[in-house]
Amino acid sequence: MNVIVCVKRVPDTEARIRVDGAGIETSGIKYDMSPYDAFALEAALRLKEAAGDGEVVLVTLGDTSSQETLRKGLAMGADRAILLTGEVTFDGLATAKALAAELEGSDAPLFLFGIKAADDDQQQVGPMVATLTGRPCVTGVSSFEVADGKAVCHREVEGGSEVIEVDLPAVLCMTKGPNEPRLAALKGIMAAKKKPLEEKPAVVAEPRVRLTALVEPPARPEGRIVGEGPGAVPELVRLLREEANAL
Amino acid sequence: MANVLAFVEQRDGQFGSAAREAVGVAASLAESLGGSVHALALGAPGASASAGVLGAVGAEVIAVGEHEALGEYNPEAYVDIVADRIREGGYAAVIFAATGLGKDLAPRVAARLDVPLATDVTSVDAVGGSVSVTRPVFSGKAFATLEFDAAPAIVSIRPNAFQPAERSAAGGVETFAPAVDRSAWRVRVVERKSASEGAVDVAEASVVVSGGRGMKEPSNWSLLEGLRDALGSDVALGASRAVVDAGWRPHGEQVGQTGKTVAPKLYFAVGISGAIQHLAGMRTAKTIVAINRDADAPIFSVADYGIVGDLFEVVPRLAEEIAALKAGD
Repeated sequence: MNVIVCVKRVPDTEARIRVDGAGIETSGIKYDMSPYDAFALEAALRLKEAAGDGEVVLVTLGDTSSQETLRKGLAMGADRAILLTGEVTFDGLATAKALAAELEGSDAPLFLFGIKAADDDQQQVGPMVATLTGRPCVTGVSSFEVADGKAVCHREVEGGSEVIEVDLPAVLCMTKGPNEPRLAALKGIMAAKKKPLEEKPAVVAEPRVRLTALVEPPARPEGRIVGEGPGAVPELVRLLREEANAL
Repeated sequence: MANVLAFVEQRDGQFGSAAREAVGVAASLAESLGGSVHALALGAPGASASAGVLGAVGAEVIAVGEHEALGEYNPEAYVDIVADRIREGGYAAVIFAATGLGKDLAPRVAARLDVPLATDVTSVDAVGGSVSVTRPVFSGKAFATLEFDAAPAIVSIRPNAFQPAERSAAGGVETFAPAVDRSAWRVRVVERKSASEGAVDVAEASVVVSGGRGMKEPSNWSLLEGLRDALGSDVALGASRAVVDAGWRPHGEQVGQTGKTVAPKLYFAVGISGAIQHLAGMRTAKTIVAINRDADAPIFSVADYGIVGDLFEVVPRLAEEIAALKAGD
């Protein structure tokens, strides 16, 4: 089965983010594939391995630095990659349209996304692409199985879990699940250098959401150590009740 | 027209804090824009019975679409009806709650209407007739302010981040009967399991009790359950990434980047050292309490109150004291 996996290059989640006026201070920051996208890619690779056939194609929107992210995905086992060159803004719909324009004609039964990108945390591009391409969509999928033209998706929801069936072709937005994304082996890294990475300009609409400020979070007021050991508990409870008004 | 619509969620016919918060935000925005406040809900027949309560937080008109197939959320049914109602209403802005349902539905509605969406916002303002929002990015390591150049502005608001003001609006309830063609659904719920009766999602609870590696082993979570039960209702258990990765707790409980970002009124971090990923996910909590044996643990840098000590002694005592306090109320 052919699967398209949409990925994004984001700052490593361990990175300390410093704000620099209208953007973030990028020097000294390591970048990586957004972790949710890695879950999606892992799911696609497992599907291909289980079926014994099919092609896994990576698609991203970004500048040429995203080549590095795509090479990593190829090293993990994807077959080829497409880099749509264009600006990524806070207008998720503009991003979704650029991706949908590329994906529209595809006959791949599955488009996989990470549930959200670990930079803007918008959690919207996957279902938007689904809506624009007329495909059904399930979000927050931790694992799924494919059979009889359907995907059976497992989903964790408020205080419980769901099993959802969706007709293919479909869009699934993946979250963390039982399968840890694989590390690229040396052989994979060597092979990735020879895999096709196509670059073409994206059609990105003028953003209709403008970033007007980017600031660091307000510092929390200095906290205090109430005391040591269980003897400090009554004072803690008193403070929570009387000072914080939290109990 | 500068009317504002709140899409409100009912669960078993009840409108909870997520619904009240969405209406509250719609009401303050409508006040600035000079329009009225409408609310829209979908549900099974009878769902409208308790919708009038939303008048108390500012809803002037509450439209409830009732159909036996709408008692539980189905994205395909909901997106058609909600997008049509928004189109007909000509709203300046539409407010969703960023609950599981809202996060799933809002992007579909925005794409259907061809207007942008800002998700999980923590403040909403009107700036010279257009809508401006602030939202955490990089899991709370920074805050972005965004201004909309399109109408309606579609926004989902973070649970617990807004306190709806008491207002006395008409709260008139109108029911309508949307057409639903269940046979056309390409997405179907096969099974739905509740973790336990009254379980609350960590992203929505007003109090969260989180445990980390300091808990030593999964069976020790009974201590945290004891604290949770002492605290009353609307309390959820959370977990650090380390214990989720170790398989001690389900991923649905993970707080922080690659998990959930939470903003409860009260957050207990028990045996959690405070990796940057975890801090990003909980630093917007109103009050943070940390219990850790290591006085140098980074969690104490964001905690309002800390106890340095053995959690196996501190937590049972804390549960006891809180239970006694609640019993005296």
